[in-house]
Amino acid sequence: MNRLEGSVALVTGGLKGIGRAIVERLLAEGGSVMLADLASAEDAAGDLAALGGRAAYVRLDVGDEAAWPAAVTAIRERFGRLDILVANAGIGGTGPVRNVTLADWHKTMRVNVDGVFLAVSQCADLLAEAGKDRRGGSSIVTISSIMGLVGLAGAGPYNASKGAVRLFTKAVALEFASGKVPIRANSVHPGFVETPLLMQSSAADQLAFYTGSTPLGRMAQPAEIAAAVAFLASDDASYMTGSELVVDGGYTAQ
Amino acid sequence: MTLSEDYPKEDAMRRLEGKVALVTGGTSGIGEATVRRFVREGARVIFTGSNRAAADALCAATGATFHANRVEHPEGWPPLAELITRDFGRLDIAFANAGVEAGDGSVESITIEGWDRIVAVNLTGVMLTCQAAVKLMRANPGGATGSIIVNSSMSAYKPMGNFVAYSTTKGALIALTKSVAMHCANQGTKIRANSIHPGVVETDMIKNIIAKQDDPDAARAIYNGMAPLGRMGQVEEIAALVTFLATDEAAFISGSEYSIDGCSTAGMMGV
Repeated sequence: MNRLEGSVALVTGGLKGIGRAIVERLLAEGGSVMLADLASAEDAAGDLAALGGRAAYVRLDVGDEAAWPAAVTAIRERFGRLDILVANAGIGGTGPVRNVTLADWHKTMRVNVDGVFLAVSQCADLLAEAGKDRRGGSSIVTISSIMGLVGLAGAGPYNASKGAVRLFTKAVALEFASGKVPIRANSVHPGFVETPLLMQSSAADQLAFYTGSTPLGRMAQPAEIAAAVAFLASDDASYMTGSELVVDGGYTAQ
Repeated sequence: MTLSEDYPKEDAMRRLEGKVALVTGGTSGIGEATVRRFVREGARVIFTGSNRAAADALCAATGATFHANRVEHPEGWPPLAELITRDFGRLDIAFANAGVEAGDGSVESITIEGWDRIVAVNLTGVMLTCQAAVKLMRANPGGATGSIIVNSSMSAYKPMGNFVAYSTTKGALIALTKSVAMHCANQGTKIRANSIHPGVVETDMIKNIIAKQDDPDAARAIYNGMAPLGRMGQVEEIAALVTFLATDEAAFISGSEYSIDGCSTAGMMGV
């Protein structure tokens, strides 16, 4: 498939897990990708070499407002445009509410909510400019979660952060659409995904919960989330904005 | 920007190679565009409807197969299922698209005949489509797999006061689709079911309505203004979403509702 030839994407949290699968998919569709993640450029060099010449890397802490202008400049200098923003970087945030400190809460919000806000607000000018050349406009894809749709006991901070991503995405979609700014914005809501991090950090009973609570009886592969992102990034989704794409094996339908 | 006739590029994608697809209400509008897209993606397609002339033209243009069938008639389904099994050997995709709104009205004005007819086509017809599809997909060589896509509407979320039967049936399709999805998952099959919810789409029906107005340009502007995006959806855009859900790439997507409405149901535009 070559739906993204000539397009440039930024994927935050692009080195590992779902983000990495998204990067690989956008490259496979012909796009160029700036990966942003926490690792130093030196530590990311090996990954970058494996991804080929259309990939580039910038070190970025998405919750750090002061760090964003340099990242945007890096995109402009390396690729000259930005057609696709995938706001993927995120962290967990669980625990009994009486044990969660305000510092814990802020840590989750800083990455999952501040990071998405900063990505959209800092990249909007570049996206608006590139969107004029594309039939479907530029595309923002935010990675929320099924936990942005339904609650989970003991996941207060994570639930709150992902719910915020869902409605922030709709608000900016409406703002751009009604303001004739050629940027679409949609959220993706993965269910339980077989990322290396989750598989390594989960106990056996947790893994059994992930598969057992999913009607299709399995977890998602990261590439299945990436396929939904690639669809939204492409002109195939030219009439979709303000929508939420749930990719959860039926978890929220039960 | 307008859609180019050749989108997607001819060489772009053949994601449905080897698959067999059924499209109900395939002779016009979203159904017709989906038949065309499915064929271009490599699927063998059988479609239903009642407009023979339009069907013949579409068959000639695409190589798809037409079978006259009214979705709401239970007795029509066994012969269609037999035909699919005999001539195609399997069913991988079912797009339950057929729907009507003629005879609708407000809760005060609608007749029982109008209500019954719309419920029969839009709700019972979709249930019968799902029923036939699941039965065929269960019998697929190699295992029970398939993708069912139900064409609901944004009216499921934003019911219209003067279309009580249409709005009600489109809302009911959300629960119908989820029930089908849960059943197929609980049974251990890989048959998926999802609903799509288009906003105002520039179908031939809408085009004709606009053309008949005293001031067609003003009428078009009103329709375009119904979505925050400032335009109507094109049938090819809806077909693109149906196609994504039909592919194996969407294998983890079931029981979901996908809106495609130019931001119409995301909230309010503000001032």
